[in-house]
Amino acid sequence: MFFSPFISKPDSVAQIMLKVILALIPGIALYVWYFGPAILVSITLASITALATEAAMLKLRNRPIGPFLKDNSALLTAWLLALSIPPLAPWWLVVVGTAFAIAIAKQLYGGLGNNPFNPAMVGYAVLIISFPVHMTHWLAPQGLVLAELSFAQQLQYIFSGVLPPSLTLDAISMATPLDTLKTHLHLEESVQQILNMPIYGHLGGQGSEMVALGFLIGGLYLLASRIISWHIPVAYLGSLFIIAAIFHLVDPTHYVAPLFHLFSGAAILGAFFILTDPVSSPTTNKGRLIFAAGAAFLTYMIRVFGGFPDGVAFATLLMNISVPLIVLYTQPKVFGKKGKQS
Amino acid sequence: MRKLFHFHGGIHPPSNKTQSTQTAITSAPLPTKLTIPFHQHAGETAKPVVKVGDHVLKGQLIGMPDGFVSSAVHASTSGTIAAIDMQLIAHPSGLPNLCATLIPDGKDEWVTLNPVDYRSHSVAELQQLLRMAGVVGLGGAAFPSDVKLRIGKQKIKTLILNGAECEPYITCDDMLMRERAAEIVQGAEILRFMLDADEVLYGVEDNKPEAIAALQQAITASKSAQQNKSHEVIAIPTIYPGGSAKQLIRVLTGLEVPSGKLPTDIGVQCFNVATAYTVHRALAHGEPLLSRVVTITGNVRKAQNYEVLIGVPINELVALSVALSDTNGYIMGGPMMGVPLHAMNAPGPAVQVPVVKATNCVIAASAKLFPPPQPALPCIRCTRCVEVCPADLQPQDLYWFAQSKEFGRAQAFSLFDCIECGACSYVCPSHIPLVQYYRFAKSEIRAREYDKLLADQARERHDYREHRIEREKREKAEKLAAKEKAAQAAKLAAQPLTPQQQTEQAELAARREHIREVAQSAVEHPEG
Ligand code: SF4
Ligand code: SF4
Repeated sequence: MFFSPFISKPDSVAQIMLKVILALIPGIALYVWYFGPAILVSITLASITALATEAAMLKLRNRPIGPFLKDNSALLTAWLLALSIPPLAPWWLVVVGTAFAIAIAKQLYGGLGNNPFNPAMVGYAVLIISFPVHMTHWLAPQGLVLAELSFAQQLQYIFSGVLPPSLTLDAISMATPLDTLKTHLHLEESVQQILNMPIYGHLGGQGSEMVALGFLIGGLYLLASRIISWHIPVAYLGSLFIIAAIFHLVDPTHYVAPLFHLFSGAAILGAFFILTDPVSSPTTNKGRLIFAAGAAFLTYMIRVFGGFPDGVAFATLLMNISVPLIVLYTQPKVFGKKGKQS
Repeated sequence: MRKLFHFHGGIHPPSNKTQSTQTAITSAPLPTKLTIPFHQHAGETAKPVVKVGDHVLKGQLIGMPDGFVSSAVHASTSGTIAAIDMQLIAHPSGLPNLCATLIPDGKDEWVTLNPVDYRSHSVAELQQLLRMAGVVGLGGAAFPSDVKLRIGKQKIKTLILNGAECEPYITCDDMLMRERAAEIVQGAEILRFMLDADEVLYGVEDNKPEAIAALQQAITASKSAQQNKSHEVIAIPTIYPGGSAKQLIRVLTGLEVPSGKLPTDIGVQCFNVATAYTVHRALAHGEPLLSRVVTITGNVRKAQNYEVLIGVPINELVALSVALSDTNGYIMGGPMMGVPLHAMNAPGPAVQVPVVKATNCVIAASAKLFPPPQPALPCIRCTRCVEVCPADLQPQDLYWFAQSKEFGRAQAFSLFDCIECGACSYVCPSHIPLVQYYRFAKSEIRAREYDKLLADQARERHDYREHRIEREKREKAEKLAAKEKAAQAAKLAAQPLTPQQQTEQAELAARREHIREVAQSAVEHPEG
């Protein structure tokens, strides 16, 4: 026989990962509703690439393939990365990004549980640095651009790069609401003027704010089912809100209101799904608060003062580096070593 | 209502206790043979005081306590000592230990018993009586009770009677409290008297309402306890490991036993309810500890509690409850912290080992009740283990250090504050046998410390010898007559170890080696 304990909770890595993947579905459903089904193509492409890369790397590393493919962690990376890439991006962009995320950022560091950086965010960073142009052509919400592509036309564009005659890329795509805001601020327009543009909705961008809401619902499910603890999402969104509020109060014509920051870009997705990746985030609760607050600060700085359209990915990666240090300095007191008697 | 406190973490495994509480405690019949180990308690092995062929009476001393931390061992029934030799016992190392084999004569004839009134004896006399009655903690550690009652000048405010019984399946304390509450309360009063404690708190998990009611009734009925008005039964939340001494103390008093300290250092002492019962029997009836209540449960036709003589082979005991045909092994103790017993001829302790004072439960296992562990995956740092650890440790870090053999760092991260409760392993979604790694790391560290001690001793011995030789030379020149004597002394000093020390060391080394192998196999084949 084996050793004690002889019983265990019916829980597994695969189940946990699967629940996180399922929690993405409300957001994805709204994505499809507002932007069309092209995102499903990227998710499928990324999933296939992730599993194939994972299998190939496990084989190269002489590791058992079965149990690791079934743990669903590669799939989760694939989905998160696909959600960070414009759905109209050429197919190879998704493939290259995912393959890099799995092969380099995950497997070369030792595979499941050993990657210091969030693999999906490494994939994103590589793509935005190597192919910045491709990474900025986002789909506009339906009804907001000159011309719309049918799903068949979208597929054709993704796989062959050919648009229907008489259409240009600019006619069917646009920059993200965050990006647009930044560009127009550079043109000396005020926040109030910019937000009157049709691409903006109530909280963030038209459509994208609803997607963010979808991710929020999924995130709340993760909290409720105790897959993640509250520390990171609350500290991240709270800090982002506070920082944005301070700037906004000082100068509302140049700094957009805090809610806009929460519902734009990948803030919600990052708060619940990306920064909470257990492997690359701190293991102590105090550490999680510091980690998330730091990420919020960096997100804001990159968004407002940096050169990239969004800051979540780089903020995540930068905070990933500091995890060992944060954990070291936030060790909780052991039972009997608390030094206080209550 | 008394204010209760929390400890961090804890888990709620399925309790599986009702199966064995349907029937009253039943006396197990006399077996054909009893194997009584001389080492059933923490501390030194008792010294045999009978010879092979001796006829002994029930309750007769057969093993004399030897050393400060030691306890007496008695014949559990009348009969003949057939052998005194090394036999397998239920120890994780699987190594044999000195045992007396007793063939019952069927008469169950008692020695003359000497009941005493505890009020007419000094505390020191009572301690000696308990030591000679072989009274040890029945909660699992089997620590000699008299030692726990020798507290020096410390003032004990609170005496805690541990009736939490937080491990799944085990119900022996529950049944004892239900059926023999009065004697538990009397035993508790003796312990309170000996410690001069101000209050007696009975901590019982709230999933045992019958036991709680029985204790309350017994307290109301007991004259001496009522006089003191100091006994109180407290229902505590059912959460594993709420019955672990330090956690129980925390829940009842809000105090934390400082790391590396004893409960007495903060004015608390803790005994198991069954121990209190035994204390009462030992003094008020003069009966040494000869039997205990054992839960037989799991994959059996009729799960229940038995009053079992110390030394009964576990397989004979399990046979009373009829193990089902798909039984594939046995667990001594609970499913969280118990020791696996193997079928005959398999390595490790076998199911033929005897019931000892520490045996509280035997669970028949089957693949259905206890499925083999799933293959382990790498740690994903999900911190589910952290959330449940009652010692506020970082199990995932300890695992990492143990696995990479960074024992120094494991110690720095409070490895030795781990109580091996297994809560972390229970929740780990990667199915890592975490506790196994901690056991491995602890035994490695202890082995290294022991090696160092030996090396230091050897060095000292060597230095001493050098010194001796030097002196000899000097003395030789000075005093030729003393030469022979000096040489003899030098020879003595040069002799590395006495034969007894040698055997002790060899035994320790073998034990260590075995634990290391066991742990190693878990380390190397975590999937296995
Ligand atoms: S529960 Fe298991 S996988 Fe999770 S952090 Fe602890 S050891 Fe790692
Ligand atoms: S076995 Fe040790 S590390 Fe694991 S939960 Fe129990 S005390 Fe904590």
